[in-house]
Amino acid sequence: MCARILADLGADVVKVEPPGGEADRLQPPFVDDVENSERSIPWLAANVNKRGVTCDLVSRDGRGLFAKLAATARIVVESFPPGRLGELGLDEILRDTIVVSITPYGQDGPLARVPGSDLEITAASGSLWLAGEEGRAPVRTTQPQSPYWSGMYGALGALVALQAPVAQRVDVSAQAAMTTVHPPAPVWWDIARQDHGRTGPFLLGRSNVGSRFRNLWACADGFVSFAIQGGPIGRHTGRMLAAWMAERGSVPPIIASIEWDRFDNTQLSQAEVDALEAAIAPFLGSLTKAEFFDGVVKRKMLGYPVSDASDSLADPQLRSREFWRSFSPAEGLPPVPFPGGFALFDGERPEVKRRAPRVGEHNAEVYGEAGVGANELARLRAEGVV
Amino acid sequence: MTEIATRPAAPPRTGALAGIRVVEVGFAAAGPLVGKYLANFGAEVIRLESRLAPDVFRTTYPPFKDGIVKPDSAAMFAFYNDGKRSATLNLKHPTGVALARALIAKADVFVESFTPGTVGRLGLGAETLRADNPGLIVLSSCNQGQTGPHAFHPGYGSQLSALAGFVQLLGEPDSTPVVLYGPYIDYVAVGYGAIAVLAALERRKRTGVGCTIDLSQYEAGLQFLTPTILEFAANGRIPGRAGNADDVAAPHGVYRCAGADRWVALSVWTDAEWSALHDLTGIAGPATAEDRRAARVDLDRRIGEWSATRDRDEVVHLLRSRGLRAAPVLAISELFIEAQLAHRGTWPVVKHPTIGDMRVMAPPFRLTATPSLQVSAGPTVGADNEQVFGEILGLSLDERRRLERDGVFE
Repeated sequence: MCARILADLGADVVKVEPPGGEADRLQPPFVDDVENSERSIPWLAANVNKRGVTCDLVSRDGRGLFAKLAATARIVVESFPPGRLGELGLDEILRDTIVVSITPYGQDGPLARVPGSDLEITAASGSLWLAGEEGRAPVRTTQPQSPYWSGMYGALGALVALQAPVAQRVDVSAQAAMTTVHPPAPVWWDIARQDHGRTGPFLLGRSNVGSRFRNLWACADGFVSFAIQGGPIGRHTGRMLAAWMAERGSVPPIIASIEWDRFDNTQLSQAEVDALEAAIAPFLGSLTKAEFFDGVVKRKMLGYPVSDASDSLADPQLRSREFWRSFSPAEGLPPVPFPGGFALFDGERPEVKRRAPRVGEHNAEVYGEAGVGANELARLRAEGVV
Repeated sequence: MTEIATRPAAPPRTGALAGIRVVEVGFAAAGPLVGKYLANFGAEVIRLESRLAPDVFRTTYPPFKDGIVKPDSAAMFAFYNDGKRSATLNLKHPTGVALARALIAKADVFVESFTPGTVGRLGLGAETLRADNPGLIVLSSCNQGQTGPHAFHPGYGSQLSALAGFVQLLGEPDSTPVVLYGPYIDYVAVGYGAIAVLAALERRKRTGVGCTIDLSQYEAGLQFLTPTILEFAANGRIPGRAGNADDVAAPHGVYRCAGADRWVALSVWTDAEWSALHDLTGIAGPATAEDRRAARVDLDRRIGEWSATRDRDEVVHLLRSRGLRAAPVLAISELFIEAQLAHRGTWPVVKHPTIGDMRVMAPPFRLTATPSLQVSAGPTVGADNEQVFGEILGLSLDERRRLERDGVFE
């Protein structure tokens, strides 16, 4: 993902895989459920906009080939276990190159050699602790998130390093990356000695007296995200909610009696919060996600539906900004909507222009550019180096 | 009259971004954390703020030191803005706007995270600023982007995380979705915002030209859900909540250990790993991953029975000693004493003038030659007025006193 971001920004990114392709090419799910090295959805998502070559880094010829490629690179991204780059004899080759290393726990320290997948990394970061329902096990996001976080921070580290006068290592820890996703929980412990935990659909951290506020509510066809809040926009939201309830029927007395101009959610007791929420729940439960979304947008209230992928593709805001790109994720497949570039630069969105490479697809092209002749490449292919 | 706040000049900065000057206006997390990362690597980051319209992190969001609600006791602001300077300017005052414009003319980067159109109305729109300073990089970060039918709809990160689809993927299938605790998507947008600024700086080295960046926090967040989107777009399936189940690994779960609310995370990816788990626990089960996935509920129950009588850290030790992937589910309080994060210097302690010693967060990536610097907590309101208006803008003490009386520094 790190190199994907750099590729989106226009860098010429060459993915180097072992002959036959990397194992991650077989991560499910697959496009049309066809299980092969060109159809893995998570792999395709992380590898568009790149060129691909194969190279057996364990062989001497392979290392020579890699050295030729690396000689023209400003940045090398790797995710071997710590120390593996040195064992392969590549440290010396990369002495004048920015090397971004992405591992579960970082290059050194007591856990550096401990293996971990997304679940363990999320657990060791505190992030898992904060998600789930009281009394039940903590839960993680169904689509693994730590590869995205560590990839993003790897790209950020690479770009910081580009500004420095010397080439250096950028050592990304996925555990540390996942630790950045849940402030202000650390602040609550450090300053107030409150150890926040998982609270299901409720939000903590909005109260001076320890009350929690419901943030996810059942609606007619799913869930919506809404909360009783203070501050100027929160009070506006409350005022508009009361008016909206009036339009649709009647306003419960407990809501009608609120003076929104002076409403302060930070001082409400839990019993007061619970009573207000009980009065609001039937109203929210009567709306569809779409009705709720239209209503909050029209009234400039805080709140959103809990969207799924189908809702995202239909969102008028994303359509208006031409966020979705029509893109064929693998050769011979019809185009599908694909997330466009992450920002507009002088009004231009970075394009998703190159589908993820097939195994060794650009061997001749890339190695040719690095000065490897056709005969030499044929020999390397025959010897299984590429 | 308010005293003009002063403090001694900071020691010279080093770091990969030394010599880069950033001016920022905004509030809460999504904009200001961009500046935090730039400051951590040596950029000079100046937060312009006003006593008349303070950041909600100074006024509304607890915790406050000793529970006293004052702008300089706000721990959230201090945590999210470490390494920055603060200068106060009243942007409703024409001289305030003129001073901001003069300061930004001497900057490399301007970061703003107000509602779309706000900086333009103030006279600080990107076109104006880039006419003054063609090399300037302007980052506008907001919920939904600067254009489009929902551009002016207010929102914040916790709820935007629901709109983007993250919340839909979190929770048990037999229950409601659960929150991601905080403004999850904001932090995604922070990373992409800093990346965008640095990419524009890199381009400027070659072209000399600045850039106007329109970052929608929503669109940045969706990058992290690309596979989920593709699964629907290509296969017509809508991914949803699955507890801790995985498409490949089985077992793959979080298991209760002895004591109150103690849990271990464990995942088994290969038949060899399964065999190692069987040897350790005596739990028998199918030999193939596919059959283990089908037997998930039963296997999870038996592993939970095995772990429930054992100490969490002992369980982790036992599992890791067999080469298995396992980790304790750390509580937030434990993050500050966990050995690996401590080894990496994740939580530097800095002294805040009002709050005292407090922990801030180091970037999760280490640079070996030009490491990050954690020199100070977020500044008190107007702590650097003298340096910013005196040294950088060259205003004399008399001029500053006059402007102070006129309310320009409110």
